[in-house]
Amino acid sequence: MSVSVRIPTILRTYTGGESEVKAEGASLRAVVADLEASYAGISARILDDAGKIRRFVNVYVGDEDVRFADGLDTATPDGAQISIIPAVAGG
Amino acid sequence: MALTPATDLGPATALVCRECGTTRDLGPFYACEECFGPLEIAYDFQGVTRESIASGPRNIWRYRGLLPVPANVADTPNTEPGLTRLVRADNLAESLGLQSLWVKDDSGNPTHSFKDRVVAVALAAARELGFKVLACPSTGNLANAVAAAAARAGIRSAVFVPSDLEAQKIITTAVYGGTFVTVDGNYDDVNRLASEIAGEQDDWAFVNVNVRPYYAEGSKTLGYEIAEQLGWRLPDQIVVPVASGSQLTKIDKAFQELIKLGLVEDRPYRVFGAQAAGCDPVAAAFKAGHDVVRPVKPDTIAKSLAIGNPADGPYVLDVARRTGGAVEDVTDAEVVEGIRLLARTEGIFGETAGGVTVATLRKLIDAGTLDPAAETVIINSGDGLKTLDAVAPVVAPSANIAPSLEAFRAAGLA
Ligand SMILES: Cc1ncc(COP(=O)(O)O)c(C=O)c1O
Ligand SMILES: [Zn+2]
Repeated sequence: MSVSVRIPTILRTYTGGESEVKAEGASLRAVVADLEASYAGISARILDDAGKIRRFVNVYVGDEDVRFADGLDTATPDGAQISIIPAVAGG
Repeated sequence: MALTPATDLGPATALVCRECGTTRDLGPFYACEECFGPLEIAYDFQGVTRESIASGPRNIWRYRGLLPVPANVADTPNTEPGLTRLVRADNLAESLGLQSLWVKDDSGNPTHSFKDRVVAVALAAARELGFKVLACPSTGNLANAVAAAAARAGIRSAVFVPSDLEAQKIITTAVYGGTFVTVDGNYDDVNRLASEIAGEQDDWAFVNVNVRPYYAEGSKTLGYEIAEQLGWRLPDQIVVPVASGSQLTKIDKAFQELIKLGLVEDRPYRVFGAQAAGCDPVAAAFKAGHDVVRPVKPDTIAKSLAIGNPADGPYVLDVARRTGGAVEDVTDAEVVEGIRLLARTEGIFGETAGGVTVATLRKLIDAGTLDPAAETVIINSGDGLKTLDAVAPVVAPSANIAPSLEAFRAAGLA
């Protein structure tokens, strides 16, 4: 399962400036683990100490906010587009 | 986007994460690098007195010493919002059984909503930070304000809205020129798109995304004005409409600053939030006793408040609980009734957000949550001319007659 992940500006220090990277995994949880394997430290920015998605991070698989789906267990089909976005926007 | 020695952000000194306290230098940043929490402006206020404010311009720049803007902000082309009327609402108070009620009528701003305040501050900061384009995702009013402010400043705007917006708000944005894009999705979809574009377009200032810490401070001016217009006094209670929750939290911040600066007496006040039942994530969390807000998919005629995933939701909960307030929601039918009630009693035609606020006020009084004996302020944040469809089905002329006295008499109108 190869997916494409859009990286927000504040995490690009981990990806060497890349705004979009490839990752593997059948669920969002597996994708985050795979990102960590490639870009050490990035997982702790996305997940809190309890391993949950941080309160101020929105993650989308395709067009769906994973909070409306199965959170970290949301399926990430081959070719899926994943976006990680700071939640503190809008209004 | 680097700061130069010439960058002047007034009394602002740094950006501080509201969640974990991490500090960073002023710049075009909005989310904490540690925890993604919102960055807020830290200040060192100098020499702000009632007199220095009173001698300032008759717009929000009289409070520039409390905002992240340059000293010469009033001299650069801008829409000069603020100092809108604080209307003594005796008729509405009487019909609701309140002793003392005021309407802060922000429909009187240049593009007819409170959004001119936040945009003016964002524009000033964006200029200082070196941005070239003024942009936003919007539920409608912000679109008007950004397009107009950019036109006046002579820079490009780039505005993104849901394609099902009220026709009036589409027209009142498009008329100012600039890049204006309707997006097939709801506001939360548009917001997400804007965040992604902001990560690509280095010289675009999305007022409520990458310069949001500056933008949000503009809503403090509502709080400052209410206090100044009451004769340098805080009201006992205030009811504020909630979409992202920024306006409500910043009115509270303004009251707190005025107390700390000794400009008003330190006495308790209660802050109430108003939402539509078709988009009530913050009210639902308040009633359930939660401190996190579960996003919803909005479905309400109050499109200006239709943000299903509100950035400042948790902070609205904090403010309401800390001050002994509440967050309540009302049905679309109550919203329409709220618009009509404000219009019939006070001659003020608010948009759907105003209808939400008036209807929430009424519901809070009926439930005994709001004290009818205490001095109360409500915010009318936008203009009814921009949401005509909300009331079009329920209002009409009294009669249609021929141009003759006989016809007038026959119609029984005397
Ligand atoms: C007229 C009006 N009132 C209130 C609000 C809510 O503002 P906030 O997002 O700061 O809660 C909006 C937001 O778009 C609005 O347009
Ligand atoms: Zn933080």
